[in-house]
Amino acid sequence: MDLQQILNLPEVQLILPVLQTVISILLMIFPLIICVAYLTYAERKVIGYMQLRVGPNRVGPFGLLQPFADALKLMFKEIALPKKSNKVVFLIAPLMVFVPAFLAWAVIPVNGNGALANINLGVLYLLAVSSLGVYGILMAGWASNSKYAFLAAVRSGAQMVSYEVSMGLTILSVILMAGSMNLSEIVLAQKDMWYAIPAFPMFVIFIISILAETNRAPFDLPEAEAELVAGYNVEYSSMPFALFFLGEYANMILMSAMAVLLFLGGWLPPVDVAWLNWIPGFVWFVVKVCAILFIFLWARAALPRFRYDQLMRLGWKVFLPFSLIWLVLTAFVLKFMS
Amino acid sequence: MMNWKMLLRRYLMLDILKGMGLVFKNMLRPKVTQMYPEEKNPELHRFRGEHALRRYPNGEERCIACKLCEAVCPAQAIIIEAEPREDGSRRTTRYDIDMVKCIYCGLCEEACPVDAIVEGPNFEFAELERKDLYYTKEKLLENGDKWEVKIAERLRKDAPYR
Repeated sequence: MDLQQILNLPEVQLILPVLQTVISILLMIFPLIICVAYLTYAERKVIGYMQLRVGPNRVGPFGLLQPFADALKLMFKEIALPKKSNKVVFLIAPLMVFVPAFLAWAVIPVNGNGALANINLGVLYLLAVSSLGVYGILMAGWASNSKYAFLAAVRSGAQMVSYEVSMGLTILSVILMAGSMNLSEIVLAQKDMWYAIPAFPMFVIFIISILAETNRAPFDLPEAEAELVAGYNVEYSSMPFALFFLGEYANMILMSAMAVLLFLGGWLPPVDVAWLNWIPGFVWFVVKVCAILFIFLWARAALPRFRYDQLMRLGWKVFLPFSLIWLVLTAFVLKFMS
Repeated sequence: MMNWKMLLRRYLMLDILKGMGLVFKNMLRPKVTQMYPEEKNPELHRFRGEHALRRYPNGEERCIACKLCEAVCPAQAIIIEAEPREDGSRRTTRYDIDMVKCIYCGLCEEACPVDAIVEGPNFEFAELERKDLYYTKEKLLENGDKWEVKIAERLRKDAPYR
């Protein structure tokens, strides 16, 4: 049989679309994991530079192989199971953090061709999946049977839930302006003006909220070393620990991508002129995501950690009323002014 | 009641932006890191590093086993045993320094009447096992031969202050 005949077999016809999907998923996931690895490198390098150091520079040229050295080191460590932990939940928890961070990428359109799954409720799906990560953290904290891990998990849960509220409201105002929940359409609606310009306060609130949402400095209370040793992952080692780490950084990239799609015009160039359009949309997307990620690292290098009550006050007493008022204002302007 | 200027300051995040600006400026400044194995601190002639036992130019060892260093050593890291040699001169049969005990205070060097025991410029003598840091007389004499040029230079520079 030649290739054409094989391709026409009914069994092959059945499997082929599945295979195609799997391959396109892997094509999305593998670059992402590499990106996550290099985000850790970038973090160490950027923060090092900001602290007048040079960061990792020993492994490979400019330390570029450092992430792989770290990964290898982690893989060869022992997986230590605490005696009184709930072993099953203990081992599932890292996966529960790791998987949703990558699941969400199904709907992220990285260029004009759309996402893996260009669904109409993309924004809703994103919100739903990105909230799933908190379960993993809670499970980790509970299953570890350690007071530090447990406290950190509770903190993390409370923090993520309260910032999700204001985040949801900021997203809602974007949805109002775009009139769609499809991410590609939201991006295309920003052809004339990125939403970061008319809704600049919302953009700022969104950026701060995603800092809190991903448990990053200055809101890294779940990992407050001084109080909680290392946070919800104190008891973890080896690959489970690496999965938490990868999950956290993948979440950072995801949230940055979300900010880019909702406020910075996704894959569109800043202004609609020919030579800027000549640069592929994918490149624009990556550049913008990197810019937002830089803000993540920058904030970590510059700002001290918030106190817990300050964090809660900021979330509930400042962001929530402000974004609510802004949402009403947006609706009002859209209804009567346009 | 907070005045409106402070409120404005807080809500526009002026202080935070100022701090972040400073950090960004730092990112562009030259870095202070010293690339250690390739790049080293300048050598100072009073630096107190690894010990060495010196010899006279004719090859005779300087140490006369007066045990002043042993007596003065605050960490009691030096152990000396002495016996007259065949030619009648008083020499050490054992001169050990436990480099793990040593606190590198330099008192042995100062106590020595013949400039025999000195602390040299070398600080890169890390070992994998503790027992390798127990220096015997042979090791110390060997060090003296190895670093003699630098040690003599150091002593010459420090002589006016002795």
